Amino acid sequence: MELTKLRREILQVLEKNCKIELKDLAAMNGISEAEVANEIAKMEKENIICGYHTMINWDNAGEDKVVAMIEVSVVPQRGVGFDKIAERIYNFSEVEAVYLMSGGFDFMVLLKEKTMRDVSTFVAEKLSFIESVRSTSTHFVLRKYKDHGTILVERKEDERMLVTP
Amino acid sequence: MRDPLSEVVKEMKPSGIRKFFDIVTEMKDAISLGVGEPDFATPWHVREEGIHALERGRTVYTSNSGLMELREEICKYLARRFNVHYDHKKEVIITVGGSEAIDIALRAMVNPGDEVIIPQPSYVSYLPCVQLTYGVPVICELKEEDNFKLTKELLLSCITDKTKVLILPFPNNPTGAIMEREYLEEIAKICVEKDIFVISDEIYAELSYNGTHVSIAEMEGMKERTVLINGFSKAYAMTGWRLGYACAPEKIMAQMTKIHQFAIMCAPTVSQYAAIEALRNGDDDVEEMRKSYDQRRKYLIKTFNEMGIECFEAAGAFYVFPNIKKFGMTSDEFATKLLEKEKLAVVPGTAFGDCGEGFLRISYAYSMEQLKEALSRIKHFIECL
Repeated sequence: MELTKLRREILQVLEKNCKIELKDLAAMNGISEAEVANEIAKMEKENIICGYHTMINWDNAGEDKVVAMIEVSVVPQRGVGFDKIAERIYNFSEVEAVYLMSGGFDFMVLLKEKTMRDVSTFVAEKLSFIESVRSTSTHFVLRKYKDHGTILVERKEDERMLVTP
Repeated sequence: MRDPLSEVVKEMKPSGIRKFFDIVTEMKDAISLGVGEPDFATPWHVREEGIHALERGRTVYTSNSGLMELREEICKYLARRFNVHYDHKKEVIITVGGSEAIDIALRAMVNPGDEVIIPQPSYVSYLPCVQLTYGVPVICELKEEDNFKLTKELLLSCITDKTKVLILPFPNNPTGAIMEREYLEEIAKICVEKDIFVISDEIYAELSYNGTHVSIAEMEGMKERTVLINGFSKAYAMTGWRLGYACAPEKIMAQMTKIHQFAIMCAPTVSQYAAIEALRNGDDDVEEMRKSYDQRRKYLIKTFNEMGIECFEAAGAFYVFPNIKKFGMTSDEFATKLLEKEKLAVVPGTAFGDCGEGFLRISYAYSMEQLKEALSRIKHFIECL
């Protein structure tokens, strides 16, 4: 389906700031508040907008948690395929994201804000027991520099002079 | 001791912004809508090209006119975007910002006593640059009811036998006004008829929000009498790189190049290499910034009008120019009080010419959050009047 220009513009703003007031979003696009509300409601229904989450830098919150990326290789079974295996993985509540990948392995599984013990328990006692899983390779994130398009390590000051011609 | 100073320089008035700037810088926690440069950083791939140029030791002069490769890219860009065609070998010069281009274009064309028409409100440097050539500046006051466009009636009323050059500053700083094709055609006709040359300052060309910018150089009979000025500061957020350019017929360009050669030598080399990258691979960056400015523009115009501050539909640059006459204060008083009471700096319209009286220049080269905060301060300010 081709996205309309309006939808794209609403989505691009919301993706960066879902707390924006409807009336501001409307003014920025030169349309009425009702139109924006209506379009957003439709996109929620159509599962284009799937949620409104807060981006948190847990490192700064003083939480001692890790992020793990697990490469998973599987043996897809006849008539079942990748989707069924993915379902068995993503239904675990600790799983943040599951992607089917091209290349040297099949799924990328993301665990976020867990302790080392949580991750090892998940891999050893849940993931490895899924019949189709052939092998896993777990990578821990050491430091996050940028996430969701936002640079986490520095906050730039406005260095411009206050008034210029 | 004799007076060490030149009479013409002594007569030049310092920029109206300067005085305001001094007050603002003393105020520590002030916020501002007073900036005339993008809030974006130069796109990373362009900055990287600058770094690469340094790494390769490209720290020497270029030819006076600038890198051939860059001039070629500029000509391709102008043809692709604005349908104007120049010979990169003879008709283009790379300058230190658009400001240098304005200066050398005027010096190359104006004889003492020649009249130069300057539409105002407009950028602060046209008038002093004309004065330095011993030319006679003729101010053409643009009107709010014309949406600050240069109409043919206004232009005709300023033309005399001595008129030689017209400065055409659109999209306009500070009003945000643009000139659509039909208006330019009328101006072009008059210029051809009356044998007037045009310096078209199109530095904000990429920031036009109702369709693509039109250059007067495209009109019939105009290329041979136009100096087109543009640059990288606004379109690619490269103000600090100090890089602009001018395109003109060979006859004018040869003389501009002479002045540039003796006064400047050449534009910064590292910046020139970065600019090649900007022209080759920067279209998406420009589009993204333009879109973002456009959203802020719409937001500001709507919010000002809702507040009861009349604000015409500016369609270019990154400024709106609200009318504050109904508050019974001069622009200067309004801006000064706004700064004192709400710690918000905006630029009085009078910094851009006397006819800017009753207006403020509001820049939207700021994030939506900053704009919202600033507007709530203006709202509070007028409610307390």
